[in-house]
Amino acid sequence: MSNTLPPLPYAYNALEPYINEQIMTLHHTKHHQTYVNALNAAEAAYAKASTPKERIALQAALKFNGGGHINHSLFWKNLAPSAAANKGTGGVLKDGPLKSAIEQVWGSLDALKKEFNTATLGIQGSGWGWLGYNTQTKRLEIATTPNQDPLLSLVPIIGVDIWEHAFYLQYLNVKPDYLNAIWNVINFEEAEARLVEASGNSKL
Amino acid sequence: MLSFAARNALKPNVCRAFAASARQVRGIQTASLPPLPYAYDALEPHISGEIMKLHHQKHHQTYVNGLNAAEEAYSKTTSVKEQIALQAAIKFNGGGHINHSLFWKNLAPANEDGGKLVDGPLKQAIERDFGSVEALKKQFNATTAAIQGSGWGWLGFNTGNKKLEVVTTSNQDPLISHVPIIGVDIWEHAFYLQYKNVKPDYLNAIWNVINFKEAEKRLVEASK
Repeated sequence: MSNTLPPLPYAYNALEPYINEQIMTLHHTKHHQTYVNALNAAEAAYAKASTPKERIALQAALKFNGGGHINHSLFWKNLAPSAAANKGTGGVLKDGPLKSAIEQVWGSLDALKKEFNTATLGIQGSGWGWLGYNTQTKRLEIATTPNQDPLLSLVPIIGVDIWEHAFYLQYLNVKPDYLNAIWNVINFEEAEARLVEASGNSKL
Repeated sequence: MLSFAARNALKPNVCRAFAASARQVRGIQTASLPPLPYAYDALEPHISGEIMKLHHQKHHQTYVNGLNAAEEAYSKTTSVKEQIALQAAIKFNGGGHINHSLFWKNLAPANEDGGKLVDGPLKQAIERDFGSVEALKKQFNATTAAIQGSGWGWLGFNTGNKKLEVVTTSNQDPLISHVPIIGVDIWEHAFYLQYKNVKPDYLNAIWNVINFKEAEKRLVEASK
C-alpha cells in the first residue's frame, strides 16, 4: 500500500499571519511530499530485501522518511486558522479534559507554552517539540525528538516542527518569535480529541 | 571620588577584559567571532549577501556566545557530574564555532580565485583518490545531501591511510576523524532563503566559491 501526501485541512494562506503561505506551500508540497516519496521507495526496497542485513541497512531510510511522514501528517492536523485573525478556532483552548490536564501539570496554558518553547528552543539541530500523553502516569509531558524521529514514548498531542524550513523564510534566525506565534494556530480541538482517545475517555 | 583605576574597572569592557585575562591565566581563552575575509555580498550570486550576513552575524555569533557561557560555567565547577552535564553545550557551541570559522575561510569570491583549482598537491590528491574533480563534487554533493537532519559535508584528510575522503558530521559535531580540508554547511539556514528546499542547487553553486588555495594549505600542513 503506497503512502500519499494528505491534503492540508485549510488553504495555504489560512495560517497567516503566523505562518505564511510561502512556507506552508513549500513545507507541504515539497518537504512532506519528499518524505512520502522516499518512504514509498524505502518500503518497496524493504519488501524485496531477503536478509536481516539488507533490512537493517534500510532502517535509517524508513525511520527518517517514515518519521517525516508521520510527524508532518500530525502537524497539519494540529494546526488551524487562528481565532485571533478571525479565521477559525486556532489558538483557543476551551474548558474540557485538555485544559484540565494542562492545568493539572503546569497550572496554566501560559506556563505550558513557556516550558514547551524553552524545551523546543533547546534542541541542538533539527527536530520536533511535543506535548505528549504518558499512558503510564496518565499525565501530559513535554518531550522533544531529533531530526524526524517520531514520538514513541508518549502519545502525541501537539507537535511543533523546529526544522529551519518550518520558519526561516518568515522568522529568519529568530526561533522564539516563531514559537510564540505558532500558539495562535494550534488546533486545541484536535489536541483534545487525541487526548480523549489516548486516555480511553476515562477521567484524567 | 573614585580613583581612575576604580572608575575604569567599572566600565563593562574593562570588566570583561579582566574576566577574560583571569580566564587566560587559567588557560581558557574567550572565543570571539572572526571577521569575514570578504564583504557579505562577495560570494554572490552563489551565496546571497542576505544569507552571509545572517549566517555570520547571527548564527555564528550565537555559537560564540553560547561557547563562552558554557566554558565559563565549566571553569567554575569541580564536580565531574556538572562537567558532564555541560559537555553537550560545549560540543554544540564549540563545534558551531569551529565549523563556521573553517567555513568562512574555505570560501572565497569568484574574483579572488574562488572555485579555481590549480595544478598542485591538492589537485593531484583529488585525482588520485576520486579520479577527477568532477567525480569528487558528485560524491561530495550526494553524500552531503543525504544527511538526515542538520550537519556538514567534509572533504577530509585521513592521516592513517593518507587519503582524501568524503565524510559528514551531524548537527555541529566538529570533524575529528580526519583533518578538515573543505567543509560545507548543510543546515537549512545556510541556503534556504536563496535555494529553498532545492539542496542540490546550493551544493552545485557553492563549488564556485570554494577556496581551493586555503584547502591546499590545509592539505599541505596535514601531510607534513
